[in-house]
Amino acid sequence: MRLNLTLTGTLLAASLLAAAPAFAQGSGSATLDAVKARGVLVCGVAGAVPGFSLPDSQGVMRGLDADSCRNVAAAVFGDPSKVKFAVTTTQNRFTALQSGEIDLLVRSTTWTLSREGDLGLLFAGVNYYDGTGFLVKKALNVKSAKEMDGATICVQPGTSTELAISDYYRVNKMKFTPILIQDLAEIQNAFLSGRCDAYSTDSSALATFRATQTNKDDFLLLPEIISKEPLGYVVRKGDDKWFDIVRWTYFATVAAEEMGVDSKNVDTMLASTNPDIRRLLGLEGTLGKSLALDSKWAYNVIKQVGNFGETWDRNISVLGVPRGINAVWTKGGLHYAPPLR
Amino acid sequence: MTPPTADVMDATTPAPLRERPPASVYGPVAWMRANLFNGIFSSLVTLILGFLILYGLYGFIEWGVVNAVWSVPRTATGALDPTSCRLVHGLGACWAAIGDKWRFMLFGRYPYGQQWREALCLLLFIGLYWVSADRRFWRRELGLIWVATLVVIFTLMWGGVLGLSYVAQDEWGGLPITLILATFGLALAFPLSVLVALGRRSTKLPAVKMLCVVYVELIRGVPLVALLFMANVMFPLFLPEGVNIDKLLRAQIAFILFAGAYLAEVVRGGLQALPKGQAEAADALGLTYWQKTMRITLPQALRLVIPPLVNTFIGFFKDTSLVLTIGILDFLTTSKTAMADPVWQGVSTEIYIVVALVYIAFCYTMSSYSRGVERTLDGARNR
Repeated sequence: MRLNLTLTGTLLAASLLAAAPAFAQGSGSATLDAVKARGVLVCGVAGAVPGFSLPDSQGVMRGLDADSCRNVAAAVFGDPSKVKFAVTTTQNRFTALQSGEIDLLVRSTTWTLSREGDLGLLFAGVNYYDGTGFLVKKALNVKSAKEMDGATICVQPGTSTELAISDYYRVNKMKFTPILIQDLAEIQNAFLSGRCDAYSTDSSALATFRATQTNKDDFLLLPEIISKEPLGYVVRKGDDKWFDIVRWTYFATVAAEEMGVDSKNVDTMLASTNPDIRRLLGLEGTLGKSLALDSKWAYNVIKQVGNFGETWDRNISVLGVPRGINAVWTKGGLHYAPPLR
Repeated sequence: MTPPTADVMDATTPAPLRERPPASVYGPVAWMRANLFNGIFSSLVTLILGFLILYGLYGFIEWGVVNAVWSVPRTATGALDPTSCRLVHGLGACWAAIGDKWRFMLFGRYPYGQQWREALCLLLFIGLYWVSADRRFWRRELGLIWVATLVVIFTLMWGGVLGLSYVAQDEWGGLPITLILATFGLALAFPLSVLVALGRRSTKLPAVKMLCVVYVELIRGVPLVALLFMANVMFPLFLPEGVNIDKLLRAQIAFILFAGAYLAEVVRGGLQALPKGQAEAADALGLTYWQKTMRITLPQALRLVIPPLVNTFIGFFKDTSLVLTIGILDFLTTSKTAMADPVWQGVSTEIYIVVALVYIAFCYTMSSYSRGVERTLDGARNR
């Protein structure tokens, strides 16, 4: 049952969207029922991170996180456009999820123990294995972070990067001088103008920054990645069915890349005799039913959004970031899908 | 300056020949000599400041006009090629970024094909301000105009009727959000503040007085950001899962409460500045409390506090940008999001300049209008 008090015209009434929790007898997942009743998936994103989620000039959300949301929408509705992007901040992202304001959070959020243990969240999948790195000017003649004893490093205050660097330097018994600057444009200018020897943040952001410089060959991304930042899909605890849907949607995109199924050849693949592909595309078996979804759920995701590699190339490769450990496991990366059967 | 009296203007007496005053006492040269080159020290200061101003202006024109990139070519795939912008980085402005991003800055994530609706809302808002500013419209009907305009504005924004497609509030953004927050915040906070100010000065209702004091002190003692966080982060946790009150509405209420507390103190200042005799005279005439307040004390008090009121208004207009902390995309936030685009990396000064111009346009209009009102009302008082 759903009570919807939307009265256009009056601010108060129109802004009250009261939805009583969906009752069972549906799919067994309160979140899935609520999403279906609403007709749209509400997905929390950052909305200001290039490559992950950033509106383009026409206001359409683009990026890996945005496409991850679209994947889930395509799996649920067969239509990736049935997603509403809620812009969340680092402060309100978890509350928004806990309070049910959003159904899913894909906001370059790092998977940690305390977030699962204390905050009542579950990480359903990792769409980007990131980590803290260092960017230096080639003129500095440094080949490794180990040679950077006594360096000044530009870093944003209060971030996990700041913690990772001080841990790294303490472990390696070296000293560094942090230059803490909050504003992104300012920190980059400080690095370019030589106020600090190195600029440190997530390696994805460093690679993006390097790729957008006219003299990008003057900069070097040091090989050390000093922290683990697995970023991914987050859902609320307590709705295991919804967790399954999100998690296996991600796995389906990875499996599709492993099997070489992409948005262009998916229709010819329908004629494939490979049982794995036939199960993935819903021609055999009851995978969709197990998730309380349409049997064509994975086909819809691959056809309309693409497999994991396509999503990656569209959003991340164009920024000049190498695939690295984010390749599928068959190519030496960490993305690995358990069997879909 | 006294106006010429009637007999001087009399047509029968020929106008006296006006002698041109000597250039040394009248005209631009004389003015400059009196004000800019009045002694060695003054001349020196004028020259140094003049040099600095011209130097800065020269630098700005060189950066903003001469070396600026106004448009960039498209690549074969249709994407913008910002190489020319990156080459002049630091030497010239990249106005091409504004050309690409201005619609996003103004309208945020509102569906591209529907953005004319937001544009129309902006015009309606400006029209509403313009009508409200004109003293000829200061009648009861003005309230109706406000209600009608706001209904039209929200119909346009939300849609869902009259063949307009429905646009959820999450997708609103840009300048309309700033104007909605500021207009509603101030339009509702002002009456609230008057009531609170009256309540705080009340002698017959100690409970009401206490409540007003607690409200003002509590809200004033908390930063606006903290209130917005309360509204956005804590409040939803108290509601059952699935029950959501619109984020913008929550922020708007926090905003009204905050502005109300500040304005209440301004209004109370005005009430306190009034000579006691005014209220006593009204009492002696046998006026009721509301007659006394609405006709005698309040009009005079508000007239006294126009400068601090407008000061607070302008402050709050700019404070609306704090909603970025809770993920609402106001004009400043959409502009900063536009800066994050990797295509236009490094183009921040240009965008900030545009943002500053828009804010200045609104704030300067407000302050110059208030000066006009003060002059008119002062004229009325001195009559």
